[in-house]
Amino acid sequence: MNTITARKPFLRRYIFSTDHHVIGLQYLILALVAVAIGTTMSLLMRIHLVWPDLILPGHGPILPEDYLALVTLHGTMMLFFVLTTAPQSGFGNLILPAQIGSRTMAFPRLNATSFWLTAIALLTLLSSTLVQGGAAISGWTAYPPLSAVASAGPGQALGMDLWLASIVLFAVASTAASINTLVTIIKLRCDGMTWDRLPLTVWGWFTAALLSILAFSVLLAALVMLFADRHAGTSFFLPAGDLVSGTLHTGGNGSPLLWLQLFWFFGHPEVYIAILPGMGLTSMLLANFSRRRVFAYRTMILTTLLIGFLGILVWGHHMFVAGLNPFAGTAFSISTIAIALPAAAKVLSWLATIWRSRPQLTTPMLFALGFVSLFLTGGLTGPILAQPILDQYLHNTFFVVAHFHLIMAMAGVFGLFAGAYYWFPLLSASSKNPAGRIMSESLGRWHFWGSFLGAYATFLPMHITGLAGEPRHYAQLTGIPGSAAAHLLATGSIPLQKHITYGAIFLASAQMLFLWNLIRSTRRGEYAPENPWQATTLEWHPDLAPFAPPSASNETIAVHHAPCTYGDTSFLTQWSPGDKPE
Amino acid sequence: MPQLASLLTITWPLPADASAHGPALDLHLFRNLWIALGLFALAHLLLLIGLLRSRRGNPYGDDRKHLWQIEYLPLTALALLFIFLTVQAERLWAAARYTGADPAALQIEVTGMQFAWYFRYPGVDATFGAIQPQLISAAEGNPLGIDPADSHGHDDFITSELVLPAGREVDLRLHAQDVIHGFAIPEMRLKQNAVPGETVHIHFTPVTPGTYAILCTQLCGTGHYRMNANLSVLTPAAFADWLATHEKVQR
Repeated sequence: MNTITARKPFLRRYIFSTDHHVIGLQYLILALVAVAIGTTMSLLMRIHLVWPDLILPGHGPILPEDYLALVTLHGTMMLFFVLTTAPQSGFGNLILPAQIGSRTMAFPRLNATSFWLTAIALLTLLSSTLVQGGAAISGWTAYPPLSAVASAGPGQALGMDLWLASIVLFAVASTAASINTLVTIIKLRCDGMTWDRLPLTVWGWFTAALLSILAFSVLLAALVMLFADRHAGTSFFLPAGDLVSGTLHTGGNGSPLLWLQLFWFFGHPEVYIAILPGMGLTSMLLANFSRRRVFAYRTMILTTLLIGFLGILVWGHHMFVAGLNPFAGTAFSISTIAIALPAAAKVLSWLATIWRSRPQLTTPMLFALGFVSLFLTGGLTGPILAQPILDQYLHNTFFVVAHFHLIMAMAGVFGLFAGAYYWFPLLSASSKNPAGRIMSESLGRWHFWGSFLGAYATFLPMHITGLAGEPRHYAQLTGIPGSAAAHLLATGSIPLQKHITYGAIFLASAQMLFLWNLIRSTRRGEYAPENPWQATTLEWHPDLAPFAPPSASNETIAVHHAPCTYGDTSFLTQWSPGDKPE
Repeated sequence: MPQLASLLTITWPLPADASAHGPALDLHLFRNLWIALGLFALAHLLLLIGLLRSRRGNPYGDDRKHLWQIEYLPLTALALLFIFLTVQAERLWAAARYTGADPAALQIEVTGMQFAWYFRYPGVDATFGAIQPQLISAAEGNPLGIDPADSHGHDDFITSELVLPAGREVDLRLHAQDVIHGFAIPEMRLKQNAVPGETVHIHFTPVTPGTYAILCTQLCGTGHYRMNANLSVLTPAAFADWLATHEKVQR
């Protein structure tokens, strides 16, 4: 296969490739671009909150509509183009086929199409900053009527249309990619790769793909309906008599609440799509570096599926104070609290796996441990927000911002970093150097501690400002009219804002170490030995390494064991036929 | 012990609580926060001990034997804890939202629009006049579109500050003219979205006289951050004077 690839011209080989390794790398590069832009946007927001008079070079002062456009773009970029794309499509393409013993994805051309649709979606989103009126300002949730009426504010005309177009493209791409993932897992597993021998990472990808197909199809319908409301005179989300900026809606009688139902039916599973692959990877890494099998492997499979299943039954917890029937609030409260149990089961299994094992604290392991810590800390505030009476105080405050940034953004990104350091030898493999290179451990450790402390320094204080009553999406905290509101913000949240901003700057600066490590290690990192982490899973099989020269033996790949089989000093790979650890 | 309990509550930086339902809500919130903090500390302690203590063989030989000790037992305890918290929370939620306000409660209509809150009092006839969206015109002094053909509306009066008497229940009917807004009064431990096309009732009883912030908590456009108003809680006597003045002016 590789000899044929080698003869292809540059464009076919590296750009319009149907090789899943190349597509995986393309997705990762796209996510890296998106995360760099999204992080810069969040820093601009943080800096503006603390120094509101700062003049942005080449732009001028940050106006309220600029701030809200930053909020919207930051959320959309990070959630879709980083947290959905990198774990699911990036590492999913690079690693998943090999982990199940396959040399390809099920539909290579569909795979390439998905990537290019995603890339066009990102360009469409970014182009919305250049059009008249600017980018959309209604947040990543795009609640109508604000998003449905072009005159509702800056960015709600062409900027909003581009936002919709971008997410439509993304939804189509994501659905196609998920079908590809599912078919690959179901059809292309090698001999002996039974369902209970599948690595937990694959279970994470599998569940996330199932959720993607369900959730993105509903989102797609909602996006089309919103587009029709904007341009085809329908009234799915617009009530009769709605008056926005002097424009009276005299059409049919719809309800904005319908959008909330449809959006959150997608929106909540979406956060599990982002985090499930990271949960699977963390399970595998903790076992690998502790030289233990995963505690309660089958329970871990079950809890992964259970989290996926419950994940589609909890969307109403975003709507406790949105005008939802209070009895429905109770039902969603119970389903949401219930999801804490499989999540807690996972944490217990992680703790049991590393319990007194003296694990090797390599960089990927550190990030996996960081994942456990951040997932735990962010997760513990989940049951609090799941209680409608408490949500009635905390909803849309910075308490919620702290909650989801810790559990989804920070744990999610730590999962990505763990994957990047762990799989870097595979990422950097080439036909000349099939074992690849390894990233610098010392830089990696500095990067981990900077990120870990930075994450807590930034997001822990946000709980406090949220409890003190600071709402989200405020373009300014100082100089606002209303004596009581000014007093509330001045006593509660403003004193902590500087600390949060310093924390965010520190956190972002620490990422320079990662970028530096990535560039340095790609060019002149140490050569990796074969299977450098002594992993048991198939992606480290010499014949399955990306860009490896075709194997001379060309033997079929088969699996003889569950993953994570370790003795006290030795390990047994899934592909090795021996029945005891070597 | 009571001192300890009050110490536990004052260290969480909530704004002063000025509503009748607030103390029970605060107590439940503090209980939740302390439990979360305790579990946070416990889990991290276990994580650290697990990492630092030396390895002495395999602490669990057979998964199935230890599943009960390590997973199912702690999970059962956690489930019981969550059930307890949920039941407590639901009792408070039911009291606040399952039933409407007392019929004798003060009736006020709250309207959110980009970027202001309007409060309408029904006047001496205790009935709100009908609203026609076509008639909405702030320039002509009719920002809510009160229909002059409906005589119930003749004595309605509109304020930009919410004024309430201490100790009396108030029934707010919330709606929005243009986009979704979030009606929140942190000191009253109150939050509810105002949705165009819907009317949502919420009821509460302010207790402590004073001035409190009314914020918008649902992103509603460029002016979202400055869409706030004051809530003024007066003593019953002062409120009666205030109401009489406004009703006289209106007549």
